[in-house]
Amino acid sequence: MAHFNLLIEIIIKSLVILVPLILAVAYLTYAERKVIGYIQVRIGPNRVGPFGLFQPFADVGKLLLKEIILPSKSNKYLFIIAPILAIGPAFVAWSVIPFADGWVLANVNAGLLFLLAMTSMGVYGIIIAGWSSNSKYALLGALRSAAQVVSYEIAMGFALVGVLMAAGSMNLTEIVQAQQGGLLHWYWLPLLPLFLIYWVSAVAETNRAPFDVAEGESEIVAGFHVEYAGMTFAIFFLAEYANMILLSTLASLMFLGGWLSPFEGIPFIQEKLTMVPGIIWLALKVSMLLFTYLWFRATFPRYRYDQIMRLGWKIFIPLTFFWIILEALAIKFQISPWFV
Amino acid sequence: MALQKLVQTLKSFTLWELWQGLALTGRYLFARKITVQFPEEETPRSVRFRGVHALRRYPNGEERCIACKLCEAVCPALAITIDSEQREDGTRRTTKYEIDLFKCIYCGFCEESCPVDSIVETDLSNYAFLERGEHILDKSVLLAIGDKYEESIAKAREEDAPYR
Repeated sequence: MAHFNLLIEIIIKSLVILVPLILAVAYLTYAERKVIGYIQVRIGPNRVGPFGLFQPFADVGKLLLKEIILPSKSNKYLFIIAPILAIGPAFVAWSVIPFADGWVLANVNAGLLFLLAMTSMGVYGIIIAGWSSNSKYALLGALRSAAQVVSYEIAMGFALVGVLMAAGSMNLTEIVQAQQGGLLHWYWLPLLPLFLIYWVSAVAETNRAPFDVAEGESEIVAGFHVEYAGMTFAIFFLAEYANMILLSTLASLMFLGGWLSPFEGIPFIQEKLTMVPGIIWLALKVSMLLFTYLWFRATFPRYRYDQIMRLGWKIFIPLTFFWIILEALAIKFQISPWFV
Repeated sequence: MALQKLVQTLKSFTLWELWQGLALTGRYLFARKITVQFPEEETPRSVRFRGVHALRRYPNGEERCIACKLCEAVCPALAITIDSEQREDGTRRTTKYEIDLFKCIYCGFCEESCPVDSIVETDLSNYAFLERGEHILDKSVLLAIGDKYEESIAKAREEDAPYR
């Protein structure tokens, strides 16, 4: 009975995380269409509901009603399993994310390691989807995506190693607490190159523009998910956007002080804003980073494949090494205010 | 040469050109939007716009068409079919006047060839066929369009008259 109650509790807690997450994904797609529309001097969706606010639900309804097409020469089991493999890790990773002080499903000590492991798992979904479709375009897209995700994972991992060194912990809650003290104490400033590298790698990691060679609609139609229709396609879509939100949240936790108020240490404003709950600050930081995702997509043309590889291997990895050595020296000599 | 290289390196490591690009798109985010929201708004159309056809009448209600078949002869897409007969009062009138809109290329030759300004192309551009066969407009449909939009048809012809 005790086990059963625990199970129920965990399921309820998971739903408390997942339902807002899925809603956030729905409105991220809406925000994407609006923001890109505005940048292209259009107005974006505005027909379904006021300002088109019900558009995401109309889209979901349409996708649910569509047929799931199984290509006759595909490997049917893997074809169906692939989207599940893509969405699973994207959701599981949320279990170690702290939303505010103590608001975390599983306060794991090696939380960051678990997170990195889970985000790397997502690539299996893409590879299996590309292979099991038995289509040239899907296979090419999957190969490109796999190579890209694997190479950028290294730079991203090293960027996060910098944070680990500064915070002296792998527990996400402790990493945030180590950044206490206001805007200038967050790790984005002492680790600025690592922050930029992390963020560019995060864009590459989620296969978003300008690193979206895995989809490359002008060359390989839609990449790994050409053969997917209806709900199976929607699940890939959901996984991509959930991963975007996940990496934005991770960046906020690692470099932007998580749920900490940016006005800490400023005498007057600090007192006024103490009643703002931490999750609001986190949400603001995450939305800001998500906006840059959309901004990048509206601004930059797609990288060529060899340029992506060059950037990842020959620039990002040496640069992170270099900065980690500098950081190690800074820690050794205890340069304040960050490394005390 | 060395200076140039230094500037180049600085530019690429500070992501200078990327910031410039972002600044440009960032400005456009707040630019005035130019979308015309179609069912509520429409773009202005020229008086010479060639949309769906209409058959006109004289002010006394008599149909203009005298079945001379010039439009049928000039139509490059063979979209017009006309049959004619003598009416009781001795005038020649059409018994059948059909335009197949799937064949029509909206060149406007029929309107130009018409000696009595009977067949015209209106500025109506938004129409749909919901049933099979509706794309062939017969005489009654064409006359009905003409009756309904006579005012705007006449006005457009008048405005364009000096240039014809």
